[in-house]
Amino acid sequence: MAVSDWTTIIGLEVHAEMLTASKMFSNCPVVDSVTAAPNSAVDPLSLGMPGTLPVINMKAMEYGMMVALALNCEIPPFNQFARKNYFYPDLPKGYQISQYDHPLAIKGYIDIELEDGSTKRINVTRAHMEEDTGKLTHAGLSSLVDYNRAGVPLLEIVSEPEIRSSYEAEAYARKLRSILQFLGVNHGDMSKGVLRFEANVSVMHKDDTEFRQRTEIKNLNSIRIMVRAIDVEVQRQIKLWESGEAVKPATLGWDESAANITIQRYKERPDEYRYFPEPDLPILEVSREWVAEVRAKLPELPDAKKQRFVEQLGLPEYDAGVLVAEKAIADYFETILASAENIQAKTVSNWVTGDLFGLLNAEKVEREAIGETNISAENFAKMIVLVDKGTVNAGTVRKKILPIMWETGKDAAQIVETEGLAQISDANLIGDTVQAAIDENPDIVQRYLDGNEKVINAIFGKAMGKLRGKGDPAVVRQALQEKLNALK
Amino acid sequence: MDSLTDLTISEALDKLRSGAITSVELTQAHLDQIDQYDEQIRAFLTVTREIALEQAQAADEARANGDDKPLLGIPLAIKDVISTEGIETTCGSKILKGYVPIFNATCVQRLLDAGMVLLGKLNMDEFAMGSSTENSAYFETHNPWDMERVPGGSSGGSAASVTARMAMGTLGTDTGGSIRQPGSFCNLAALKPSYGRVSRYGLIAYGSSFDQTGPMTRTVEDAARILQVIAGLDPNDSTSRPDPVPNYLEALTGDVKGLKIGLPKEYFVDGMAADVEKAVRAAIQQFEDMGAEIKEVTLPHTKYSLPAYYIVATSEASANLARYDGIRFGTKVDTGDMWNTYRKTRGEGFGEEVKWRIMLGTYALSAGYYDAWYGKALGVRSLIKQDFDKVFSEVDVLMAAVSPTTAFKFGENMADPLKMILADVLTISANVAGICGISVPCGFDSQNLPIGLQILGPQLGEETILRAAHAYEQANEWYQAKPTLIR
Repeated sequence: MAVSDWTTIIGLEVHAEMLTASKMFSNCPVVDSVTAAPNSAVDPLSLGMPGTLPVINMKAMEYGMMVALALNCEIPPFNQFARKNYFYPDLPKGYQISQYDHPLAIKGYIDIELEDGSTKRINVTRAHMEEDTGKLTHAGLSSLVDYNRAGVPLLEIVSEPEIRSSYEAEAYARKLRSILQFLGVNHGDMSKGVLRFEANVSVMHKDDTEFRQRTEIKNLNSIRIMVRAIDVEVQRQIKLWESGEAVKPATLGWDESAANITIQRYKERPDEYRYFPEPDLPILEVSREWVAEVRAKLPELPDAKKQRFVEQLGLPEYDAGVLVAEKAIADYFETILASAENIQAKTVSNWVTGDLFGLLNAEKVEREAIGETNISAENFAKMIVLVDKGTVNAGTVRKKILPIMWETGKDAAQIVETEGLAQISDANLIGDTVQAAIDENPDIVQRYLDGNEKVINAIFGKAMGKLRGKGDPAVVRQALQEKLNALK
Repeated sequence: MDSLTDLTISEALDKLRSGAITSVELTQAHLDQIDQYDEQIRAFLTVTREIALEQAQAADEARANGDDKPLLGIPLAIKDVISTEGIETTCGSKILKGYVPIFNATCVQRLLDAGMVLLGKLNMDEFAMGSSTENSAYFETHNPWDMERVPGGSSGGSAASVTARMAMGTLGTDTGGSIRQPGSFCNLAALKPSYGRVSRYGLIAYGSSFDQTGPMTRTVEDAARILQVIAGLDPNDSTSRPDPVPNYLEALTGDVKGLKIGLPKEYFVDGMAADVEKAVRAAIQQFEDMGAEIKEVTLPHTKYSLPAYYIVATSEASANLARYDGIRFGTKVDTGDMWNTYRKTRGEGFGEEVKWRIMLGTYALSAGYYDAWYGKALGVRSLIKQDFDKVFSEVDVLMAAVSPTTAFKFGENMADPLKMILADVLTISANVAGICGISVPCGFDSQNLPIGLQILGPQLGEETILRAAHAYEQANEWYQAKPTLIR
């Protein structure tokens, strides 16, 4: 057997908190689980106190339905909550209110782009609403439990096992995260646990007719880690099968320091949750009118926005794809376009995906935080206009103006003025400077005259240096060409 | 003049309104009665003496300022399965020893808003699981009619306290008969409202789709007064019904002419005590004499009620009782190890009956058994509902005994759980179907033990059953009888 005989089989289970003001079944506020003091957002229901009863948060249902519709799901005419029973200290009632036989949504799909540019459809089995659990922190011999998160609305989205590589898993995850962000129901911050991916992974030999034993990888803190964990697990499974051993059912985690998966527990028996209909909640009927209302409220989603960028703004597919990958970037891009007239979409795209992304990378700022930097989209637009009008040249912007904007958030035009960075377009001044550069570099000029035309760039650089980089590149280049031609 | 503890709620309200008595006097009289008799009867788990006197004082002041409310200054007591803010609420279980709720059950809040004076919390079978109050983790409650006998259950404390004039009325809860059966054993008007009529918020759950809170009083009119206050939609209970609450007192016309009464043939069964059957049949005859129409009807799925109830209620209970893990409230047996702490806490905190029902419910829900047990029981449940729907299209109410026997002796049924369960056969269907029912006194057996007539009505049929029960009650003197113990 060879590695090429094996196919990777992946199904993704995604838990996305719905960022409503209050919890799934009570008026208790939802807070940032990382920054809020432990157990500061709890009420009798979140603590599972005796006698409390759940009441459905209809806003959370609406958010869930928005996601489901964005994932092209069917919304059945009714859905029903069920109790999922198990004991754990982070589960205050000893059962989680979830959905089982009758989920909010079924039969959807996500289209992802493959490396070769083609599109693949990954089917979504179901999406159901449930409540999140509390959070355990291990402190020495004891464990501390924080119930702030207990009861936060959670949408679980389950894919069919149709994902065939970690690349596809990444594309699915990024697309889904982007959709959640565009809908405004989840900010997609995996490090805070508001969005969690679990990968069910198995491998299939070319002679197999059935799926083999799968394992479940949990606690993945980023999409990048998910990809690495899947790759490592696939290799582990192939190795086991090829050496004649079997993959055992297990729940796996990821150890970042060892860059390896960890086996959290082997499952001796299948999980036994004793689901049954939640008697405290009535069956929830979903009228077609309600579905239509929610559908009408859906904002423009990534695919539609991308298509519009290509068709109406004339952007290349690649640019459009990068710009819609994160809602924050798409918003930033569109704000720039909206705040200046006569500005070319492609020019803006180049500035954003080139220089601004470069700056974000260098400063280690996530792209989704693009709107939170000192450089507002409006100011960035002004800067692009200054270049377009020839007030300042692109190199000056890159080297001098952008860094100041990043640090201070100052107005681009103001920086140009106070720092004296305005472009020099005066033909006489430029002509004299170019002449001086020619005069001071006879060796280079001779090489040019000998036929090495590339060295013109070296003389250009010298001239620009004399102008402290502020010369209008087109005027400088034209003067240089004319003067050199005259020497021929 | 009768002593203050002999007054009904209606009589007391008249005297409070006329200024003949004060709430402090009325409340003190009941506290004195508790002091005198509860050492023997043991109906109360907690007596809230100071709170009661403060509330009584406040009620008198409010009345002096011209205020009036439906129950202003009336001393009542609450079954210990219903949450009371700041007052220990144990459900008769060790596992909730020391648990003090931080909120009031909706029904308690409504009673407080209506002017209730709270005398305390009442003994019960642990988590309302039982029919004799012998399953209380704390002590047994005695039946004032015969101290050798049980008061019924699970609302045994709620029943015994009213019978012994230690409270003017109480709240009980009824999951399979737990209001009506002790009401019958103790000679009370005891109403189980339709499922959803009274909010369950704050009622500590046993069988969530069966549990219902209701009043236990000495007269039907008093029961109507309490129901009036506690009934109605509660945004905190998604299973509470939005239907408007009618005026129950106005329903008590005393007139049953033309009332169509069905006698379910399945409810007149072998094994019923002869005195009980005789008293019930005599009561029904009296209804006919008063102008009602009697008709035999059939509820063919009756025999499946008990099994369906025991599967669904225990399944719900197995989940409802999972939260008692010692981590956030109540008893904790800390072993330093999570799973052993769970085991010890629950092992020591729960009594035998509770453990038995948790195991039964856990089994019924287990993979591979769900369809055969829980799924089947749900199917049976809808058939039983259909039985009642059909019958109530033909008759207004159904009548039968509440219990096949009168109050039994301590220990008599404990050795034989099946016998205890079978005694619930006449009450359980109402919970399975979610309909309403009331027990009203209809005589005494040869040992001078009370017998209850059960009147069942359709969902939200409270007005009709209250009217029938009231008309019968007032045409007889059974309800006025007083146990020898407190004469």
